[in-house]
Amino acid sequence: MPPAEHFAAAPQWQWWILAYFFFGGLSGGSYALGTLLRFAGGPRHESAARIAFIASFVALLPCPIFLTLDLGQPLRFWHMLVDTSNGGIALRPESPISLGSWALLVFGVFSFVSFLGAIAEIGWFRATSPIARILRSGAGLLWSAIGTVFGLFICGYTGVLLAVSNQPVWSDAGWVLGGMFLASALAGSAALLLLFAGSRRDVDADTTYRIERADRYFVILEAILIALFLVSVAIAGTVTRVLGVWIVLWIVVILGLTAPFLTSRVRGWPPVAAPLLALLGVLALRALVIFSAQT
Amino acid sequence: MGFFTDTSICIGCKACEVACKEWNQLQGDPPKFTADSYDNTGQLDAQNWRHVQFIEQVPDNNGVIFQPTPIAGGQAWLMMSDVCKHCKNASCMEVCPTGALMRTEFDTVYLQKDVCNGCRDCISACPYGVIGFNEQEGVAQKCTLCYDRLQGGMQPACAKACPTESIKFGYIDDLHKVADDRLANLQTQGYAKAQLYGRDDKVYGGLNAFFLLMDKPEVYKLPNAANATLPTRNNLPGYVGGVATAVVGLIAGLLAFRNGRMSENKTNNTSAQ
Repeated sequence: MPPAEHFAAAPQWQWWILAYFFFGGLSGGSYALGTLLRFAGGPRHESAARIAFIASFVALLPCPIFLTLDLGQPLRFWHMLVDTSNGGIALRPESPISLGSWALLVFGVFSFVSFLGAIAEIGWFRATSPIARILRSGAGLLWSAIGTVFGLFICGYTGVLLAVSNQPVWSDAGWVLGGMFLASALAGSAALLLLFAGSRRDVDADTTYRIERADRYFVILEAILIALFLVSVAIAGTVTRVLGVWIVLWIVVILGLTAPFLTSRVRGWPPVAAPLLALLGVLALRALVIFSAQT
Repeated sequence: MGFFTDTSICIGCKACEVACKEWNQLQGDPPKFTADSYDNTGQLDAQNWRHVQFIEQVPDNNGVIFQPTPIAGGQAWLMMSDVCKHCKNASCMEVCPTGALMRTEFDTVYLQKDVCNGCRDCISACPYGVIGFNEQEGVAQKCTLCYDRLQGGMQPACAKACPTESIKFGYIDDLHKVADDRLANLQTQGYAKAQLYGRDDKVYGGLNAFFLLMDKPEVYKLPNAANATLPTRNNLPGYVGGVATAVVGLIAGLLAFRNGRMSENKTNNTSAQ
């Protein structure tokens, strides 16, 4: 199979986009973990679930700001949602940016409501206690399940967004990028949860253990997808673009992948070290995918 | 309507570049030394909607000719006035989230500056590197095929200015006939590598700005038919890959968070410590 040839210009997506991909992934992933902890894990994991829902909303807050600041015409951010040419809404299913804009809006509603429920349960804002009660019921399960679908979409569509292009690397690994970002977001969200859970006494040891175990599962999934990504770009003949000077970022990615497995093996390892390394790995993976294709 | 650019008679005078900038009031990029033959424009972008490529196929110090073309005894100095192809299946239109890119009544692809919000996804999608980002105005820009001139019954500025008629403007069917005749003529003269690019539907369903090339498309930085792929080809596999990963991830999460004896033992051990 001859190598792919690319003559496309780079869109110059830089730091704002990297920040959005990172925080958007953590937000969607945290929401999914919150749902799993609440409804699959039972009341014992409730405090961790609340942290996850709060983390999801807090991580989501800067996302629209990052996206708007990246635009050449930030005041026209609403053109993503409203068709200014023909009137009506601007929803174009073939455009991942269009789908993602709507998904972000809808997910924002789910994340905000779940956040209100979580802060009521913690006791920070009791006015929203009725929301908390509803969210613990069967209707809450449905709400969280739908929110999780949108959350996971936010985690993964960013990879599809890159793939739906004619850029080297991105379009060469079209089928794997969405899944790779999603798995990475789940791993990063588990690491973020561990980071917060470690500082709270109401999260019991069993919950922490289970989050660590989930983190390891997600990391294995992420590692498999990273391998598939490298195979895809190697077949397309563009693997050299993601190596070379990007080797430093690969080292951070590998450290992030191995960190969850080293927690119990390294003596004197501070509890925050592994989650922090894992989060850095998530950031580095997105950075090298975004930047390597555009240089 | 569209362009037929016959590169075999392009003399690299850049009149098309100048006429385009003048009519469309494009400032142009600051002058630079590209170290690439007579090229001082570099590429198509927000300020260059026509770009004359210079491709030197002359021997190096060792007498080697890279990618030789059967012109003038194996040596050639190829020139091509590149432009937006106004593809029938346009990659840029596929990904534009705002609808800023539209198809006109002339079957050309037009970028509405007042609708574009500068997300730059069209730049990422265009396989020809045609679209550029205008830093001053914060929007993407590209050739309009002189939409305003067409509405006024005039031909595009570049075609009007071209002294050798390398750039021809007209109805696509008429241009196809001209191109077919010219290709047959060149092939009769022995130019075996001469070929039409974008004349048929193998490349993006056909191009409304198509070319007669004197060498392979890749030599002119044009993707060949095998590499001329639409960005949306990755939509379905991308989402399917994402869904599959999400399902595996959720199952992994369920396995990790469900109540089970193994973690109870682990917790007890942790508590004992």
